Amino acid sequence: MQDLTKVDVIVNNYADTKTPLIYILKDVQKEYGSLSEPVLTQVAKATNLPLSDIYGVATFYSLFNTEDKGKYIVRCCNNAPCHVKGSKDVLEKIKEYLGLEMNETTTDKLFTLEFTSCLGLCAVAPVMMINDEVYGNLTPEKAVAILKDYKMKGQANA
Amino acid sequence: MHRIHILIAMDGHTIAQGARSVKDALERELKMAALADEVRVVETGSLGIYNKGVVMVVFPDAVYYAGVKVEDVSEIISEHLIKGRKVDRLQYTDIPETETTGVPAPRFGKQVRVVLKNAGVIDPDNIDEYIAHDGYEAFGKALTEMNPDAVRSTVKESGLQGRGGAFFPTGLKWDFAAKETAEQKYIVCNADEGEPGTFKDRLILEGDPHAVIEGMALAGFAVGATKGYVYIRGEYRMSIDRMQRAIDQAKENGLLGDNLFGTDFSFDLEIREGAGAYICGEETALIESIEGKRGEPRDKPPFPPSEGLWGKPTIVNNVETLANIPQIILKGAEWYKSLGTEKSPGTKVFTMVGNINNPGLIEVPMGITLREIIYDIGQGIPNGKGFKLAQMGGTTGGILTSEHLDLPLAAENLREIGSGLGSGALLVVDEDQEIVDLVTNFVEFFNHESCGKCTLCREGTGRLLERLEKLSSGEGEIKDIDMIEELAVVMMKGAFCGLGQAAPVPILGTLKHFRPEFEKLVKQPEAVA
Repeated sequence: MQDLTKVDVIVNNYADTKTPLIYILKDVQKEYGSLSEPVLTQVAKATNLPLSDIYGVATFYSLFNTEDKGKYIVRCCNNAPCHVKGSKDVLEKIKEYLGLEMNETTTDKLFTLEFTSCLGLCAVAPVMMINDEVYGNLTPEKAVAILKDYKMKGQANA
Repeated sequence: MHRIHILIAMDGHTIAQGARSVKDALERELKMAALADEVRVVETGSLGIYNKGVVMVVFPDAVYYAGVKVEDVSEIISEHLIKGRKVDRLQYTDIPETETTGVPAPRFGKQVRVVLKNAGVIDPDNIDEYIAHDGYEAFGKALTEMNPDAVRSTVKESGLQGRGGAFFPTGLKWDFAAKETAEQKYIVCNADEGEPGTFKDRLILEGDPHAVIEGMALAGFAVGATKGYVYIRGEYRMSIDRMQRAIDQAKENGLLGDNLFGTDFSFDLEIREGAGAYICGEETALIESIEGKRGEPRDKPPFPPSEGLWGKPTIVNNVETLANIPQIILKGAEWYKSLGTEKSPGTKVFTMVGNINNPGLIEVPMGITLREIIYDIGQGIPNGKGFKLAQMGGTTGGILTSEHLDLPLAAENLREIGSGLGSGALLVVDEDQEIVDLVTNFVEFFNHESCGKCTLCREGTGRLLERLEKLSSGEGEIKDIDMIEELAVVMMKGAFCGLGQAAPVPILGTLKHFRPEFEKLVKQPEAVA
């Protein structure tokens, strides 16, 4: 049984904020890794909001996830400015290297592959973001080299 | 007292190219060389040099270095800082002087910096530097020498139009909210910059956050609002952090809070973070999101100036719009009107992206031509390729072709050809790009970002995508192209909000100018033996 008491603490932190649900969900996700059903049920109890509303919000925004993800979330941009600079080839190579399709996680729970919305770094397109780090001017080779570093780091810390 | 100042550009673009580790190395090695007391390293916003690696400028010599790597740091210190000899191989020299700031800066030839006058000049984390550049002077002037009516009249006379993309007259919008008698009103800064190819608001927030705060405070005074929210998309971590520090400093300095400048006007500011949804750039969806709900757009009317956040009169203005306000108040409407065209006064911040030699962000007077931007400031298209098209204003933007290269870029001219300036993103596409491939990319984007509220947008984007994929797979027929066109027109007329209405713009634009490229993909009837 998961310890859900931290949910109440987080909700309490926002007692003075008007309509703080998005902030609460962000903090709760940081604490628990994902917004799973038990976690959201506890948020509903603590905030006195209908679970359906909370679930609606949790599934609307792309920065929220209801399932656990890998240690490193690789977010690739495929918006038009990155697209015309060759993001498709970069993405294909990343898929091949990680052995993943979009929104999948490696079995060792190290990598999750996703799209990102435009990061506003189009002058150095194509770009990707791994957790909070951003990488620009990608080529397929450069992207794989970056991922190799993460793989080594991740396996060393495992 | 420091003998030398090094300004290092610390914005998303330079960080993506390693600026943090270069700055760390610089500070570490300055300490080792016992120069930490003589040389001050200052983080600044974008220096206006993009895609050239880590960029810094050494003052008082005003020497620019680009492409600086960690291993170059010791050479800069031993050669330039100690011996006074510039490191030629790293120097960046494409730097005419700018009229507006007097500080040498790159590629400023045709640029006029109003909104970005402090970006790359001051340390955005230090309110004293903003104040030293006339910061909060407009706010003080408004509170002590003007009344709210006068502030609104000045903005109205200046002709300033909303820089989020709709170009609605800002002063008029303010009047709507000022007329309302509600006790509580709100000012919201729309910093949910999600339009692909657009990063102007990001660089304003990262380079000069106090200009936005001052603009919001002035808007609050003008319409009688005492509380403001800056809604910043969750992906813009650095903008959020810089803005938070700026708000804290403004509060400490008595520039936000109660009884400002000894008057009875109070104004407080808070950040609200987005959580990843393109649609939240639409103002009523944004308001829903601040209210902690799914960011789905509301019915209009009522419009936010009469009924917005928590049902109260609310002004939603874009970052760039607000950053214009302090200078309009300080220098007057006439000064502002002297910039740009008659119907579109002022400057516009454009972001140049795609197949262009010198991508990045520029601020130019309204009325500049596409040719000047692409071939002059942008230094042309890489590898000598030909120009195919430009998309103006982000993914919902209109399609411009070579026949539009000499059209002065101002809101009114673009409206005439069924386009708009939109967010100011200019995507340049060279002759190698296949049109259907590009349009498919646009539609994938809309299909993903459609919020699902109305059928035309939710289903329409999906059906468009199916037909485009059918064409690309070689199975398409002429009637699929006709269907794409028909569906696009229906969505434009019938979708609930701006997203679904604008999504067809680039589809119809490419069909108009490049229809043969769609048709060449149509399945050929098999030859009969």
